Parts: sequence; structure tokens; C-alpha cells
Amino acid sequence: MLMSFKLFKLLNKMNTIISIKNITKTYASGHEALKEINLEIKEGEILALLGPNGAGKTTLISIICGLVSPTGGTVKVNGFDIITDYRKTRALIGLVPQELTLPAFETVINTLNFSRGLFGKKPDKAFVEKMLTDLTLLDKKDTEIRMLSGGMKRRVLIAKALIHEPRILFLDEPTAGVDVELRKDMWNIVRRLRESGVTIILTTHYIEEAEEIADRVGVISDGVLLLVDEKQALMQKLGKKCLIIELREKISAIPASLLSYHLVLSENGSKVTYTYDTQRERTGITLLIKAMNKAGLEIKDLQTAQSSLEDIFVNLVSEKK
Amino acid sequence: MNFQAVKVIYKYEMLRAWKTLFQSIASPVISTSLYFVVFGSAIGSRIETVDGIPYGLFIVPGLTMLSLLTQSLNNAAFGIFFPRFTGAIYEVMSAPISHFEILLGYVGSAASKSFILGLIILTTANLFVDLHIQHPFWMLAFLILTCVSFSLFGFIIGLWASNFDKLQLIPLLVITPLVFLGGSFYSINMLPPFWQTVTLFNPVVYLISGFRWSFFGVSDVSVGLSLAMILLFLSLCIAMVSWMFKTGYRLKD
Ligand SMILES: Nc1ncnc2c1ncn2[C@@H]1O[C@H](COP(=O)(O)OP(=O)(O)O)[C@@H](O)[C@H]1O
Ligand SMILES: [Mg+2]
Repeated sequence: MLMSFKLFKLLNKMNTIISIKNITKTYASGHEALKEINLEIKEGEILALLGPNGAGKTTLISIICGLVSPTGGTVKVNGFDIITDYRKTRALIGLVPQELTLPAFETVINTLNFSRGLFGKKPDKAFVEKMLTDLTLLDKKDTEIRMLSGGMKRRVLIAKALIHEPRILFLDEPTAGVDVELRKDMWNIVRRLRESGVTIILTTHYIEEAEEIADRVGVISDGVLLLVDEKQALMQKLGKKCLIIELREKISAIPASLLSYHLVLSENGSKVTYTYDTQRERTGITLLIKAMNKAGLEIKDLQTAQSSLEDIFVNLVSEKK
Repeated sequence: MNFQAVKVIYKYEMLRAWKTLFQSIASPVISTSLYFVVFGSAIGSRIETVDGIPYGLFIVPGLTMLSLLTQSLNNAAFGIFFPRFTGAIYEVMSAPISHFEILLGYVGSAASKSFILGLIILTTANLFVDLHIQHPFWMLAFLILTCVSFSLFGFIIGLWASNFDKLQLIPLLVITPLVFLGGSFYSINMLPPFWQTVTLFNPVVYLISGFRWSFFGVSDVSVGLSLAMILLFLSLCIAMVSWMFKTGYRLKD
């Protein structure tokens, strides 16, 4: 019984909830913001779309939510087409937009009731109160939105996106200009939502953010989805490690016998860095150390470091170019 | 049909007027009273009757129309322009709601507000003159048709306007002159023949004429023509707004 339940959960996790096929977008200005995007998003996962400003992240999200018309391609949400079956697809989706686009003169409680109604849900006082409590907005519920601080406004945006109990949540650059506390709260909410089975897609240009929270990461640049992979796999596949070797005595140049290792000498000459691929059969470390002994370099200390997503990203983008 | 969505759009648009209730009621009451004092009493004491109707009474339908048109336009235009301006419209556009339901919410609430306003103005007018409405059914029909079609027109302006200036442009530059020149304060029979012909190109003439007929049974142009013209205007607005929604005009990139 337990087994089958686990299996069920596993299978469920592998369900595709959003299927993006050959999506392109050329804005009226002629700018080609998306070039043939293909992406399957699995139910219950946290997917981070990582890319620099102007990569097309917001455009992609806007297409799925119905805010921008695609130039070509199709998107299916839970098996329904976002254009012909928009009522079914939109009802499943909550969106926290990038900008603080809120009705300035409404009170917090009114704007939440409004959002819930827009998505066809009957008023539910208890649920709205709970949402206000979860986002520490309860004491602000009768305050007009324009009187709130930036952080509070972002909380209102999140509450509005969640008030109709969506199964999919889009967070567009959720931590841009957000303080530490809200950031922490937000990740707690995201984790709790994920536990309850909500699929979460967030965009960011901060690599640490993707590293911290996502199950899978899609890297997007210049309207092209460069790759999508499990975060761990991505780190491993592309992850190079560096071995930092501290020398007992400073050197002014890398000895000729070590040139084939492509070592990088630190500025003051006290350290050399060797970069190697963790996926390779042999890392070359043993040979390097032997060669260093032979060259008469004495080792004081050793240290290894995993390359971050940032390095991976820089590599990917430059490779494509 | 997403009834909840229509309900909340309607409700919160109506609430917006409720918050400024004093302005919403005081300003039409005050301006109507002023018109009565200036036109009804001061000028009315010289003119006495038009088409056999005491002048104070004669101007009631035109005065009502003047407020109705500008208020319908402003209410509906502002109702959709403001969320576009703040960006809050994203929520409506990403909700499981059809274009028709969006219209029902925004235009329905704007039309309701102007309808109530029309009743307030008529009530105020009744304090100054003794109103008798000959064709109450047609009076309401003209009132409702006007509120709906001009709210729809306002919605179009609210979508079209790319800034606050443009939002004010049409009501100020087009509607107000058309209403003043549309026979609000005079019968077009009082104009020289050439200007009578020119006036017939002013759509507001048909509105005021039909509306006035429902009160007094006399009109500048035939009632059927008035009705046809307002229905034509309504159809044009519907066609326009359908095109705007279909192409995503100013709403969708
Ligand atoms: N409405 C628009 N009209 C024309 N170009 C646009 C519009 N919106 C976005 N763009 C352009 O499309 C590209 C992608 O934008 P966007 O999706 O916002 O990127 P991101 O969210 O990754 O920063 C950018 O070059 C941007 O300037
Ligand atoms: Mg963006």
C-alpha cells in the first residue's frame, strides 16, 4: 500500500503540467524575444528560469498566462491549449508579476477579494484571513495599497496570486529589491506550496537563487533556451572543480614541465589553480602532484572548490556565441 | 460564464464611486442647479416658451443628457484606463474571463453609475420645475441606451488613451461642444436654415431630440430616426470594441 502510494507520487511527479512547443515571439517593434522555445514542466517541481535581463523570461511567462500573444507555437497547461481552452488553463495559474503593478487606491482585503472573484471563486473569509496571516498582512488589511512599503506591496502581489488556490505559480523575479526577511518568508512559502503539490516556475538572474531553491534549472539567453536540467545533474555535467594548491615558496612563473596542466598562477605567486573535469575517468591530480614534486615545488596546502552556476552560465553563454 | 468575475469587477467599480459619494452626487446636483439658475431663470425669463414648452422645462432633457454623456464617458474611460496605467490590468487579462465578461463588468458598472446620476439630475430638476413625463417607458429606454452606448464609447477611449491628456481630450473637445450645439438649450428650428442642416450631422441632436420627445411629445427630428441613430452608434461602438479585443489592441503585445 505504502509502496504503491510512493509510486503514485513518483509517477505524479513525472506528469507534464506545462508543455511548451516551438514558441516564438516577435514583438511589434520587430524584436525577436523568443526563438523556438521547447520546454516540458513537470507537475510539482520548482523550475528556475535563469537568464540575464532581456533574455525573454517575462515574455515566456506572459505568453503562458495569456498576457502576450505568441507569434508561433503552442502551449498546453494540464493538457489544455492556452488559447482555445483559456478558461481551464488560466484557472490553474497564479502569477506574481515582476513589477509592483497594484491598484493603488484599493485596500488590501478588497484587492484580495477582487482577485479571488476574478478567478471564479466564491468569497471565502476564512481562507482570505489565513492568506493575510501567512503573509503577515493581517494588520494591514484595511490599509490602502499606496500606503504600503515596497516589501509589503510584494507580499500583497503574492497573496493575490495565491488567493484563488492555483496549482501552478509563476514568480517573475521574486526577490528583486526584496529584503532578507521577505526573501526568507518567500522561500518558506514556496517550499510549503511545493509540499502541497503546487508547481512553481520562477525567473531570476541571480544564480544563487536558482541554486538555493530549484529542482531544475533552465538557462535562457537572447530568446534561446540553452539547456534545462536537474540542478544537481547540471552542476555535475558542466561542473568543473578547481584544485587550489598553496606553495611553500613563491614562484615567479610556472615551470615549463607543468605547462600542459594549464595552471593559473596567483598574482603574488603563492598559489596555483588547476581546473579539472569531475566527469572524466582521470582527473589528472595524481600526475600533477608527481610532476610538481619533480619540478621541485613543495606543497603547503590543498583546497578544492565546485564551480558555481555562475561559472556554468558564463561558459554556456560564451560557448553558444 | 464566470459570474463571480463579472460580479467583482462590477462591485469594485461601483465601490469606487461610493468612496467619493459626496462628489458623485454633489457635483451633478450643484451643476444642474446652476444651469437652472442661469439658463432657466435668467434667460428663461426672456424666452418664456420653446415649441410651446416653458423654457425651464424645455432644457431639462438636454441638461440631463449633457451630464449623462460626459459622466458615462469619464466613468468608463477612467475605469479601464487607470488599471492600464498602474499595470494592475494584468490580473484581469490573465484571469479565466472572456472579453464579453470584462465589458459586462466595466461598461455595466459605468452605465449603472450614469443611470443613477440621470435619476438624481431629474430629481433635482423636479425641484425647480414641474416635470411631467409623457412616455416614461421611452424615457427610460433612451436613458439606458444612452448610458450603455456612451459608457461603451468611454471604454474605447480608456483603451485608446495613452496618457491622461488624451483621456480628457474627447470629452472636452468633442462631447461638450456637440452637446451644447446639439439643441440642449434651444430647438434647432430656432437656427437659420443653413445651420439647421449642419446640425443634422451632429449625432447628439438625435439623442436629445428623442429624449425630449419622451418628456413632452415634441421633437426636432422623428423619434424613429432618433432611435435608429442611437442604435447605430451603439453598434459602431460594439464593432469597435470587438475589433480592439480581437487584436489585443493596447491590452496584449
Ligand atoms: N512590449 C514589448 N515590445 C517590444 N519589445 C519588448 C516588449 N517587451 C519586452 N521586449 C523586449 O523583449 C526582450 C525580452 O524581454 P523580457 O521578456 O522582459 O526579458 P527578461 O524578463 O528576461 O528580462 C527584451 O529585449 C525586451 O526589450
Ligand atoms: Mg523580466
